[in-house]
Amino acid sequence: MASAYTPGLKIVGKTRFEKDRKLPMKGTVHVKKGDRITAEMVVASTHLPGNVTPMNIANILGCEPKEIMDFMVKKQGDQVQKGEVIAETPGLWGFFKTQVQATITGTLENVSTVTGQVILREPPIPVEVHGYVDGEVAEVYPDEGIRVATYGTFIQGIFGIGGEVVAPLKMVARSPSDVLDAGNILPEHKGKIIVGGSLVTAAALTKAIQVGVKGVIVGGYDAFDLKEFLGYDLGVAITGTEDKGITLVVTEGFGKINMAKKTFDLLASHEGKKTSINGATQIRAGVIRPEVVIPLEGVKETDVVGGVNMGMNPGTLVRIIRQPRFGAVAKVASLPEKPAHIATEAKVRIVEIELLETGERMILPRANVEIIEE
Amino acid sequence: MDIDKIESILATDCGSTTTKAILIEKRDGEFRLIVRGEAPTTVEAPVEDVTKGVLNAVAEVQELAGRQILNDAQTDIIKPRDKAGRGVDLYVSTSSAGGGLQMMVTGVVKTMSGESAARAALGAGAIVMDVMATNDGRLPHQKIQRIRHLRPDMILLSGGVDGGTTSHVTELAEIIAAASPKARLGIGYELPVLYAGNKDAAPLIKERLAGKVALDFTENLRPTLEKENLMPARHKIQQLFLEHVMSHAPGYPNLMKMTDVDIMPTPGAVGDIMQLISRRKGLTVVGVDIGGATTDVFSVFQGIYNKSVSANYGMSYSISNVFAEAGLENIMRWVPFAMDERDLRNRVKNKMIRPTTIPSLLEELMVEQACAREALRLSFEQHRALAVGLKGIQQERTIGDVFDQTMTGQTLVNLKDLNMLIGSGGVLSHAPRRQQSAMMMIDAFLPEGITQLTVDSIFMMPQLGVLAKVHEQAALSVFDKDCLIYLGTCISPTGVLKDGAVALEATITMPDGSTIKKVCKFGDLEVVPLPVGQTARARLKPTYGMDMGEGDGVAVEAEVHGGVVGLIFDTRGRPLNLPADDGERIKKLQSWNAALNLYPKN
Repeated sequence: MASAYTPGLKIVGKTRFEKDRKLPMKGTVHVKKGDRITAEMVVASTHLPGNVTPMNIANILGCEPKEIMDFMVKKQGDQVQKGEVIAETPGLWGFFKTQVQATITGTLENVSTVTGQVILREPPIPVEVHGYVDGEVAEVYPDEGIRVATYGTFIQGIFGIGGEVVAPLKMVARSPSDVLDAGNILPEHKGKIIVGGSLVTAAALTKAIQVGVKGVIVGGYDAFDLKEFLGYDLGVAITGTEDKGITLVVTEGFGKINMAKKTFDLLASHEGKKTSINGATQIRAGVIRPEVVIPLEGVKETDVVGGVNMGMNPGTLVRIIRQPRFGAVAKVASLPEKPAHIATEAKVRIVEIELLETGERMILPRANVEIIEE
Repeated sequence: MDIDKIESILATDCGSTTTKAILIEKRDGEFRLIVRGEAPTTVEAPVEDVTKGVLNAVAEVQELAGRQILNDAQTDIIKPRDKAGRGVDLYVSTSSAGGGLQMMVTGVVKTMSGESAARAALGAGAIVMDVMATNDGRLPHQKIQRIRHLRPDMILLSGGVDGGTTSHVTELAEIIAAASPKARLGIGYELPVLYAGNKDAAPLIKERLAGKVALDFTENLRPTLEKENLMPARHKIQQLFLEHVMSHAPGYPNLMKMTDVDIMPTPGAVGDIMQLISRRKGLTVVGVDIGGATTDVFSVFQGIYNKSVSANYGMSYSISNVFAEAGLENIMRWVPFAMDERDLRNRVKNKMIRPTTIPSLLEELMVEQACAREALRLSFEQHRALAVGLKGIQQERTIGDVFDQTMTGQTLVNLKDLNMLIGSGGVLSHAPRRQQSAMMMIDAFLPEGITQLTVDSIFMMPQLGVLAKVHEQAALSVFDKDCLIYLGTCISPTGVLKDGAVALEATITMPDGSTIKKVCKFGDLEVVPLPVGQTARARLKPTYGMDMGEGDGVAVEAEVHGGVVGLIFDTRGRPLNLPADDGERIKKLQSWNAALNLYPKN
């Protein structure tokens, strides 16, 4: 076999980007197919059923569950206000009544004569879905949401923290190897998405939050700092819901690793542009990687470069994704057909690569390189 | 289907990342594994149809076997074999794609019906996301929020003994109704809820849940406090899994049409084959399957089968969780060289975010195998906590029990009674040297007494489990001849002595009649080669302070089985204590590694 399929992260200058913007449950879609939308626009909304609060009336009144219907002041389906009496005992000649007051405002949803429990439900919770990127409505999923499409630059990261953020892009690092430290974070970075090089230090991230930076895109981040930052040791890579006041997109991996030159140059070429990033990562079946989307005006389908790269062939550009030489970019020299023994004595399928920087040739497991998709 | 006419069998296992196909054929009167093929599982965009991955894996089998199995359009399996010898006679499959079956279970008392419900679900091959019970300490609104948040594939509602109070289990039903849970797969399809509680409460449950969920009923899984009746619930769960969950997964309706028997959840099939082996060979068994995301542990002790799924202990997706749960020190204690904490953390996290990479340097392999030991240890601990006798039951005691007042709910997993340890999953099945697999299992499980060690060569137990449903003979034949690799026997007395003190004297009568005498010192590991298929007679005399299972210092005689590693004399003691000093610890690890010839010398 002279080629192999090793999917990699996408780093594309001009592409069509599409994303589903769906509600968690059925609701109303506010736009129609073909509409131009902005990242901040509400494209669909709904109401989630409110939270419920159970109250055991029988326990409070000290009666049998089957007796509670005799004492209910409100019935199933009634609206109730917080503090309003929903059940009471007749007392003695109108005195010594025991009352049960609603603990929330909402609806009395259910009364059970088996458990003596009533369920109160709070008013519905409004949920809104925004456009996320400036673009066009490519498809409408009736009652569910839309698919937004745009043309522009698209970069996939390897790991991230925090959710969707939209802000102008600001280059802080001057080269892909620069370390982003606290001293590099300035007040004028407030409200921006900033770009670092090979590493963002713990102090820099803290300062960025203090200053009001919305997002950080960087090559590497230390796993030890991640633990300190989150306050716990992240066990499974499912992120995106952290509420840390900043979104982080790591493009290469853990540790100090230079940002791929191509990624760095692409970001630099779009400094100042409105950028949408999302740190959400799920490394499971159905992998979700963090992303950077920079919508570009005037880009058309005919301008889109490259396609889905499905194969690794001699000459293909790859990135080494494990020790040794983790993070280095190389060119595939050959793809030997037969599995071979590596230093661990494991017999695996291998690839011969040539490092771009030094021209040195190495044999690596195919699993340890990924195609730099263009 | 005429079983006697079956000569060619195709079996697949659709895993979350890879679909594995095996071809079994009758050759010279016995069923043997012929070839194995695999392809990426296809349940997500861009190819949302599981059958595509199956057909790709079968295409590889076809290529390797050098004969046609798929039709010319490559869209279906030819069945039965035609006159030209194309196709197979039987096709079976298991599946854990799409994350397997994820369930939430409920019970009235957490340690009674709650635990029974968890065992029923786990035994059916599910991952239990949460056990909710009336007395679990959570307030009703917290339970409701939890159900909403989890979005399980199915809920098993149990609680109450038959004839007992109905109000508690009804309250659980009310909580489920209030949460109005939505299924994980597909908007607009009703979540299956299986009721297996107090039969007197069934009408009340129906009143509260009918119309809101896809409600189904089966026998009470805890009809009395003293009795667990898990099989009806397990069968119903598997049926609902097919009818509801699988039928909403991409391409599964087609796959169901292709197979000759129902598709089984992968862990359920593995459990079945383990039980079969234990029954047929009269062995107590512990099996483990360590994957990228989860680790399943199976055991059969006293004829009772138990299974646990450690959902977040694994070697790639979950490796960072193993690190977080085990702690830095526990991982580091197995690494035979000095290492910086930041470096180790970065390596582990990088494996998590790029789960398909493999170690290409020896020290990276050692770090991964250190993590594997901890993943196995933690999973086994969870298993032992789950595989327990019934709790809260009345125990008959006599005057003789005055000094032995055991609690109910003791673990059934007694390592001294364990006959065979079976390991499977990439890190064990594909370790570059078999010694490494043996050592990882010994360090993680710390077997006591005499224990045979095996690994599943290519992890085909799921396929054999489902095959055993239709063709037990074929499944057993392949299991014996092609599935298991016998590593050898671990001989490990319990107890702690001073380093260097004599711990065990062994006299081994080899198959050729020769005798080997060994004096094993405390803190050492030694190997006596004994090839696969051979047995030797061993007299094992522990020193006072050490125990081979019959008591302090009492000698035992037993037949011990050989393997690719041989007889491993592990006199490092139980519990196993590693030196606290880093330098000493590294020296010790290196000496053990050398004794077992674990890694290349340079």
